[in-house]
Amino acid sequence: MSFWRLLVREIVHRKTNFGLGALSAALAVACLIASRSILQRHDARTEQIISRMEAATRQRVAQLEDDYRKITKNLGFNVLILPKEQDLGDLFSKDYAERFMPEEYVERLARSKIVTIQHLLPSLQQKLKWPEHERTVILMGVRGEVPIAHASPKQPLLETVAPGTMVLGYELHRSLKLSPGDRVRFMGREFTVARTHPERGTKDDITVWIHLGEAQELLGRKGQINGILALECVCAADSLSKVRAEIAAILPETQVIEFQTQALARAEARQRAAAEAQAALQHERDKRARLRQERENFAAVLVPVVMTIATVWIGLLAWVNVRDRRPEIGILRAIGVRGRTVLGLLLGRAALMGLAGAVAGFALGWAVGAAWGEEPGGAPVVIPVPWSWLGMMVVGAPMVAMLAAWLPSLMAIQTDPADTLSRE
Amino acid sequence: MNAVLQLFEVSRSYRGPRGSVRALRDFSATVAAGELVAVVGPSGCGKTTLLLTAGGLLRPDAGRVTLREQDFYALSPEERSRFRAAHVGFVFQQFHLVPYLSVLDNILAPTLALRRPEARDRALALARRFGLEHRLDHVPGQLSTGERQRVALARACLNQPALLLADEPTGNLDLENGRNVLEHLAAIAREGTAVLLVTHDSEAAQRANRVLRMREGVLVEGN
Repeated sequence: MSFWRLLVREIVHRKTNFGLGALSAALAVACLIASRSILQRHDARTEQIISRMEAATRQRVAQLEDDYRKITKNLGFNVLILPKEQDLGDLFSKDYAERFMPEEYVERLARSKIVTIQHLLPSLQQKLKWPEHERTVILMGVRGEVPIAHASPKQPLLETVAPGTMVLGYELHRSLKLSPGDRVRFMGREFTVARTHPERGTKDDITVWIHLGEAQELLGRKGQINGILALECVCAADSLSKVRAEIAAILPETQVIEFQTQALARAEARQRAAAEAQAALQHERDKRARLRQERENFAAVLVPVVMTIATVWIGLLAWVNVRDRRPEIGILRAIGVRGRTVLGLLLGRAALMGLAGAVAGFALGWAVGAAWGEEPGGAPVVIPVPWSWLGMMVVGAPMVAMLAAWLPSLMAIQTDPADTLSRE
Repeated sequence: MNAVLQLFEVSRSYRGPRGSVRALRDFSATVAAGELVAVVGPSGCGKTTLLLTAGGLLRPDAGRVTLREQDFYALSPEERSRFRAAHVGFVFQQFHLVPYLSVLDNILAPTLALRRPEARDRALALARRFGLEHRLDHVPGQLSTGERQRVALARACLNQPALLLADEPTGNLDLENGRNVLEHLAAIAREGTAVLLVTHDSEAAQRANRVLRMREGVLVEGN
């Protein structure tokens, strides 16, 4: 007769008691494992979603960049034609050219057979004080588009400014409280405000646009301009050099610079797309984190409650078991079986109960986690079985079960066998 | 006389609802090897207390109990358990078999306390002796009351105890089975074991070598 034989026979004999205890241990373990498994699957799913979104974003940004490249390629260059003697350092520091060239240049260009330019906008601009209002402005004289003789008529890119009228930048009309239709004096001459611009955050906000002829008169630059904007310069090679070569052949006394680069437009588009994608990603991350927190909070309440109930239940079952076994324990003690052997039988039973519960509960919890932890409609999340969790349960559950059975077992071995045997 | 069990002025009291009850008063007796001694007396006279005290299960308030000249209660509880396993066998009126163990396992139960290599062979021999060889795989619930008591007897004899204590062993048996158990007890005594039999059964008392009569915890006749 071995210790284990007695232990196993008793479990088989009182299988209902043992089964109920193992079941409660299994439920507690299942609850714990399921909650951990659901959270683990949630994390894996989150990673999957975020990775997918990141890949989609990368693809979208790449696609967008390609689209912008194609768009900007089709749009062509915007170039600025300047007097040859204009120092570019001065141009970039002051934002306008200080040298002048004949307005006739634009007529020459328009009459030429130039093919790389679509639109021509001559202008005369100068920074000066608006004497009536004591403030610095940029005066821009424009005459609208000059049609290119050999090309078919195009929709003008910019509206012209009629003589006797002016267009005001945001800062000017806001501070001077001017609206379209208002009359205003500029350098001793009366103008009607034709339009006002919204805020652009550029030098346009302090610019006054008037007709080119009037600007030439006011600045004493009759027949002179200091820049020609050539827009939508198209060349098959997508290269500025071809535009420059063609213009130089017609206007040798000028120089050509790119007015706004395609790279800048692309970069802006990319940054905008990336920022939007980042925001979407962050939104998804926040949403997933909130969901995880909710699940974690629920588990934080459920798991301890179930574990406490299971522990108390195992303790009660141990007490019932000990009560039923009083005569048996009494006779075992009477025939010389030591107290610690009897204690070992009772605690061993509880440990086996916890062990059975741990194994069954682990399988049940893992299955529940797999069933409930999946996102509806999502691709299956494959997570390797965490054997370390099983290890922890296999050690932890028997220990908790033994702890629950400790008090009844101790009471059993402290009961005087003589008392038990004389009563029975 | 080869004294196996000796009780020297043993007293034992219980705390009852009406104060202390003295179950044994200065009780002295000796049981020798090979002797079947019956203890008789009315209910509540202290017979079972005597038996439990003699078996090392109930420490007396006063007096001394020796088994093979070893003072039982001078031993630590652990030593006493071991000593009891080696030298004392018990048989109870209620049999006290382990309900989920087979007959063979019940007979072998004392090996939980004291391992002996020849235990299984001896258990099988005892099963044959007590007519249980065809019931070895049965559990107590499948046995008759007589068979159950014979299993209890076999279990008590497994470690060849020097002292066998039997508390009303025929109390739950019919006449025939009662006689059978008494015959076995007498045979065990003849083989050298000291048998102390607590009984109401006059026939049991007649089979004894000696009869100790008790009244209110006091030995009134015998020894």
